[in-house]
Amino acid sequence: MVDQVPETKQKVKFYQTGTFTVGNRLLDGEQRSVQATIDRSNSLDSGHRACQGCGEALGARFAIDAVMRATNNQMIAANATGCLEVFTTPYPETAWSVPWIHSLFGNAAAVGSGIAAAMKAKGREDVRVIAQGGDGGTTDIGFGCLSGMFDRNDDVLYLCYNNQGYMNTGVQRSSATPGAARTSTTMPVGPEPGNPFTVGKNVPLIAMGHQIPYVATASVSDLHDLEHKVTKAMSFRGARYLEIFVPCPLGWGSKTCDTIKLARMAVETGMYPLFEAEHGEITGATKIRNRRPVDEYLKLQRRFAHVFKKGNEHQLETLQSIADRNIKKFGLMDSEGADQ
Amino acid sequence: MLKQMDGSDAVAEAVGLCRPEVIASYPITPQTHIVEALGSRVKKGTLGNCQFLNVESEFGAISTCIGSSAAGARTYTATSSQGMLFMMEGVYNASGLGLPIVMTVGNRAIGAPINIWNDWGDSMAARDAGWIQLFAETNQEAIDVHIQAFKLAEELSVPVMVCMDGFILTHAYARVDIPDQEQVDEFLPPFQPRQSLDPSAPISMGAMVGPEAFTEVRFLAHHKQIEALDLIPQQAAEFEKIFGRDSGGLVKSHDCEDKETVVVTMGSVIGTMKDVLADMRDDGHSIGGLTIRSYRPFPSEVLRQKLKTAKRVIVFEKSFALGMGGILAMNMRMALQDLPVKVHSVIGGLGGRPITRENLRRMFEKGMRDELEEPHLHDINMDVVNRELEREKAERRSGSIAENILQDVGVVAAAKGI
Repeated sequence: MVDQVPETKQKVKFYQTGTFTVGNRLLDGEQRSVQATIDRSNSLDSGHRACQGCGEALGARFAIDAVMRATNNQMIAANATGCLEVFTTPYPETAWSVPWIHSLFGNAAAVGSGIAAAMKAKGREDVRVIAQGGDGGTTDIGFGCLSGMFDRNDDVLYLCYNNQGYMNTGVQRSSATPGAARTSTTMPVGPEPGNPFTVGKNVPLIAMGHQIPYVATASVSDLHDLEHKVTKAMSFRGARYLEIFVPCPLGWGSKTCDTIKLARMAVETGMYPLFEAEHGEITGATKIRNRRPVDEYLKLQRRFAHVFKKGNEHQLETLQSIADRNIKKFGLMDSEGADQ
Repeated sequence: MLKQMDGSDAVAEAVGLCRPEVIASYPITPQTHIVEALGSRVKKGTLGNCQFLNVESEFGAISTCIGSSAAGARTYTATSSQGMLFMMEGVYNASGLGLPIVMTVGNRAIGAPINIWNDWGDSMAARDAGWIQLFAETNQEAIDVHIQAFKLAEELSVPVMVCMDGFILTHAYARVDIPDQEQVDEFLPPFQPRQSLDPSAPISMGAMVGPEAFTEVRFLAHHKQIEALDLIPQQAAEFEKIFGRDSGGLVKSHDCEDKETVVVTMGSVIGTMKDVLADMRDDGHSIGGLTIRSYRPFPSEVLRQKLKTAKRVIVFEKSFALGMGGILAMNMRMALQDLPVKVHSVIGGLGGRPITRENLRRMFEKGMRDELEEPHLHDINMDVVNRELEREKAERRSGSIAENILQDVGVVAAAKGI
């Protein structure tokens, strides 16, 4: 694998020497997530311009490196406009050591389809394609192209880094923004402060509606699970969708040191269920070991500060009921349904 | 080989001979038959390993083309009208990324009011997008120009639109000479991209460029177009050597040399005009025609040479810049600004309005007397226009303009017993 790394790039880059996080210590050595190793491709290199505590940078680095491992470094990436694009490629610098293209905000999935078609035409189906973007570029402006890619079952893994808003343009509401959340276009004023409790768009479920081979959600709080899902996604041919929950300190008004904590709490409250589905059927969900009330998760984010004010108790209750419904729907607690 | 076929099928034949690797298909009248015909060739297996994608929109079409071209595959799509507007963000992006996509535009009007017939509103909307725009006069020229378009695009790494009048060419059956595969292979080598997405030599394409370099980047995109001014005639000459036909190039003269009045236009309309101009010359008038085959880049210098002795130019176009006038006329005036020549702007054939020998001759004669108003709307019925203006003046909620006009025209026609 090391031989595949371009010569212009440093072959060895140690971010830290070994990892001894709790989850890792419980696993056998070969199953552990490793942040630094001579074999690691470092596809998204250090020196990029993401904010401190950026969940997206972390999620992208682990996801792409996992794709590189799964494809023996034979991959091409298409990237939607957004934070990930901007902070990695301010001309003439690039943080990518993989072939990478940014075209437009709303067309990453279609560009991915085109690359996959080119590889097929050239008999290079060993070269695999990913397309990636934030939630705005995926659930809103890029949705038509995404659905088209699913519909044709093009051989593309789409990675959506969901930070629940248009963070690159200054924190506006997207169709992935949760109810009550403050954004620049859903300010916490008036009788129903923050984002209205509309249905929103659950793109993982919509992706399942296309009967594509593989759909999953992951969180940067569990990088081992994220890598596992990417690797699994790459074992399928055809359209695949992986949504990665990536907290945004700037947009959420959270401490930069709380990114992982928030990513974990979103899962443990039931606000962001982790599950996998194959060909339209859910095949498994991550159980919650220590269930927490949503207020513990919300208190760490200024975008929800108003739900704790007198008179807004109903907002907090609604958010808790959404978490409760998720737990029931996806069977996230052993007591709440059969183990899927 | 000589064949009798419609323009769409002929273009599909030509594109197929160019060995495309990826084709994106989305239906919109009047280009649909082209991608249909290519789809069935791919399905039959006659185009080798070519990938045919049924995409979900024109925005998806141009976006898949961007991906496949960036990955080094020879890439083709076709569109018209609203489809062109729907893909416009990608149209600009493809040229900005320097991707040699070839796209046929079956020229059609832009709505509202919705109209499926021919004018140049669609490709004119993309005239500043950084694509080369070549206009075909006949179906034979459409075939030949497509073959040249791939070579031109790939040589310069710039996308090319081949514009052909919707229905008038796309749906017209005509005898065409379909080139042999060997001839096309001799003319058009396999695609060697200037850069491509390749895991063995990773590059980042489409990075953000700030004020420190954007001007230079844009100028270099303009410079590619200027290079095309030399390359287009060169390739047309090379084409003529292999295929034995004069097709393509920057402009084509129809007896315009040393004439007092020269009619300048693009596309298929010159077919009718040629007959009118010949009749007028027979009657002793000093009048000729000139078609612009390459609209982008605009061949200003060649036009100055061709028109340096003309007294007046009548620019006839199927495009209308609302609030300004003729778009081609504006370009012509800029190109000819240092010549002592009067430029008349005539706009006609909008939304498929028939252009006949009779109404052309009346307009040309008026032009020769320098009596054309600015801009001149060819064959417009000002009575209908004035009645609608009066209705609008009389009543604020006077109803839909399009519906009122249709009713008006219908009533008038009935009253006249037509």
